[in-house]
Amino acid sequence: MDIADFFDTFFEEAEELLADMEQHLLELDVDDPDSEQLNAIFRAAHSIKGGAGTFGFSVLQKTTHIFENLLDHARKGELTLRADLVDTFLEAKDIMHEQLDAYRNEEEPNQEAYERICQTLQQIALEEIGKTLDAPAEAPAPQKSAPAEDDKEASAAAISSEHTLKVVLLNVGDKDRGLLVEELEQLGDIQSQSGDEKRYEVTLKGGVSADDIEAVMCFIIEPEQIEITTVAVEEAASAAEPATPVPSAPAEPSASEEKPAAPVAEKAHASKSPASSKPGKAAPKKAAAESSSIRVSVDKVDQIINLVGELIITQSMLDQTVSDLGDQSVGNSSLQNGMSLLQRNARDLQEAVMSIRMIPMEFVFSRFPRVVRDTAGKLGKEIELITEGKSTELDKSLVERITDPLTHLVRNSLDHGVEMPDEREALGKPRTGKLVLSARHQGGNILIEVRDDGAGMDRERLLAKARENGLNVSDTMSDEDVFQLIFAPGFSTAKEVTDVSGRGVGMDVVKRNIQGMGGRVEIQSKKGEGTNTRIVLPLTLAILDGMSIKVGNETFILPLSTVLESLQPAKGDMYAMAGDDVVLKVRDEYLPVIAIHEVLDVENAITDPTKSIAVIVQGEGRRYAMLVDELIGQQQVVVKNLEDNYRKVPGVSAATILGDGSVALILDITGLHRLSRAKKEAGKAANQPYLSYYKEAEPS
Amino acid sequence: MSQATNEAVLAAAEAENREFLVFSLGDEEYAIDILKVQEIRGYENVTRIANAPDFIKGVTNLRGVIVPIVDLRIKFHLDNVEYGGQTVVIVVNVADRIVGIVVDGVSDVMTLTPDQIKPAPEFGVTLSSDFLSGLGSLDDRMLVLVDIDKLLTSEEMALVDSTSNR
Repeated sequence: MDIADFFDTFFEEAEELLADMEQHLLELDVDDPDSEQLNAIFRAAHSIKGGAGTFGFSVLQKTTHIFENLLDHARKGELTLRADLVDTFLEAKDIMHEQLDAYRNEEEPNQEAYERICQTLQQIALEEIGKTLDAPAEAPAPQKSAPAEDDKEASAAAISSEHTLKVVLLNVGDKDRGLLVEELEQLGDIQSQSGDEKRYEVTLKGGVSADDIEAVMCFIIEPEQIEITTVAVEEAASAAEPATPVPSAPAEPSASEEKPAAPVAEKAHASKSPASSKPGKAAPKKAAAESSSIRVSVDKVDQIINLVGELIITQSMLDQTVSDLGDQSVGNSSLQNGMSLLQRNARDLQEAVMSIRMIPMEFVFSRFPRVVRDTAGKLGKEIELITEGKSTELDKSLVERITDPLTHLVRNSLDHGVEMPDEREALGKPRTGKLVLSARHQGGNILIEVRDDGAGMDRERLLAKARENGLNVSDTMSDEDVFQLIFAPGFSTAKEVTDVSGRGVGMDVVKRNIQGMGGRVEIQSKKGEGTNTRIVLPLTLAILDGMSIKVGNETFILPLSTVLESLQPAKGDMYAMAGDDVVLKVRDEYLPVIAIHEVLDVENAITDPTKSIAVIVQGEGRRYAMLVDELIGQQQVVVKNLEDNYRKVPGVSAATILGDGSVALILDITGLHRLSRAKKEAGKAANQPYLSYYKEAEPS
Repeated sequence: MSQATNEAVLAAAEAENREFLVFSLGDEEYAIDILKVQEIRGYENVTRIANAPDFIKGVTNLRGVIVPIVDLRIKFHLDNVEYGGQTVVIVVNVADRIVGIVVDGVSDVMTLTPDQIKPAPEFGVTLSSDFLSGLGSLDDRMLVLVDIDKLLTSEEMALVDSTSNR
């Protein structure tokens, strides 16, 4: 087993720690900094440093080291925080993130950025505190100097303060244990080791503190599996409460200062390190926090979802069989009961499993304080960001894909929407602009809004610009349609191109992305009062509300969101156009007709359109009339990708599995229309009986 | 399949020997590398895909996974293409994809030593020798060893989106 196997764990944890750090930095009130927050930031830096040292990421380790020292001074009150210092800290965090990414991609981090940030941070240290941070003696709290991690020489120097620690590994397998013991050897001298898989004790002599050891170990095992005690304390403690982890002796300075145990215990659990605190209190709390979530790969979850889908199908097959038995099964009440119980349990299970994939919108929203802060700073605007409905849940794959479009919309709002502070004051608005990000459920959809109280959209200017760009517009267009113009490619009304936006690239991409997720964007705006951009998304991509239709002997699924209505076409309402196109007149509107049996070559289908059913569907803003044989009904279907094992099929967006275990194709409206045109152009349609029917009917 | 696993154990001992699953298409015997085979199942519940080549019979549900089904008999221009209780689908795993191939029947699993595998001659139009890994000679039998990876990912099978295409 190679230590490289744990790289991924480190990268994930470090990423989380950096995100935590950023959040705390952003929340930090510079005038009256919360010591808890400063501690949290410090601990995040410290943990990253520990991990980076273990894995030999020296650049990241050194950057965090300097950063950590500075933070240590800040939390001790020796460094007075200012907004520009926080900016520098944020920059340092970004550089650390870049370094992390570089290591993840097995590249060397940018040396220039590294040197620059180190210099900047040291400069701050010199100017603000008036002393260097370089010397090891200046390193933070005594037990956190972590010499073994910093460099081996320093560790040798620090041996004078060495102590003996007893490290107990609980329920650690042979393989992991060997690795852990190897790690410990690097941290100090192993005096003795003994025990079995359940409880393995290692006595370690060295200058390393308990939480440094744990920081290293945590990348391999869970914190609950490790107990670290100093030998002296151990004797007393083991008599009283042998199973409880007893903290290391060198008490953290803050612990002795802050008398109440509770905040210290909380700190301990937040930092994931057994910072010296009251024994009994910290341990259970920590355990609870650790066990409240587990990290599972999405593949595994998807596999479970797949299997549950299979289970549901099997269950409905059984159900079908039982109901086919008819009279025979009526007498058998235990079979009936069993079936209904199975059905209920299977549905509950499916619901529970689907909820695994759902994650709160907070994951998306949490990045926006930073985006808003940076963008507003660049533009010289004052913005207050309000987020609503952070706990609204959305499918993971959608959460990942909504972030970029949303960022674009937010930047757009900040750049074009909210006015400059002076301008706002002149208009009688508060200097600080308001930007609201909200998410909430609405029916089977999720509604995400980006609202600002800025200038709003100028209908006349949009129309003028549209004409300039050669778009086909008229003065009588509805506001909604006019606002949709901003989604046209290359459309921008910004007076000048800025760093933030205005190039006109993007809004069309935003719209395309959102449509790609099966959603839509609406804009509401009032000149002078602000703009509200509303994104409506389905809750999940994995399940689709479908309308099953039958053509010949084949079953297809139409996405219910595209279906507007269905009707029986009358002969007089169908007109042939330019030879082989056919349109259906529905209430003064002429809709292109797509005969599914013709486009998809279905045999034994109804070819007489007056005997079939026309389903009016909408795709990419256009309406079509689809001729089908029969409507079967509405049902929720599990969307399955066709491209995993096959290829993209024209006119088909995906597939699903029906109750009888067979596969049905989910139709793609616009794809079908393109396909139907292509087929007609290829001349294949010329001898279709259905078309000749029109040609005959035409003269009448 | 237990026979296959038994022989797999035996084959491991003789490192150079390769194992093949032998199947029949009409009167001809073909063989593919056993390690590519995931399972063997019956031909049922195949959903047709419109506008696909005729040898692509459609897609089927393999425990929640949508799998395309290719009829090699049609691809190889055999007469007498019938679907019945004896029609067998060999589910193979090639290039991270799962594909089912329809054959007339599966006979056995054979171990071939290197000297039993002869190079394939330049073949006709139907089956390019590019898709063959050789000919296996076994007493009086001749097995056409198909390189199933190359065959199924080839452009003419139209199973994989070619890079130029969208």
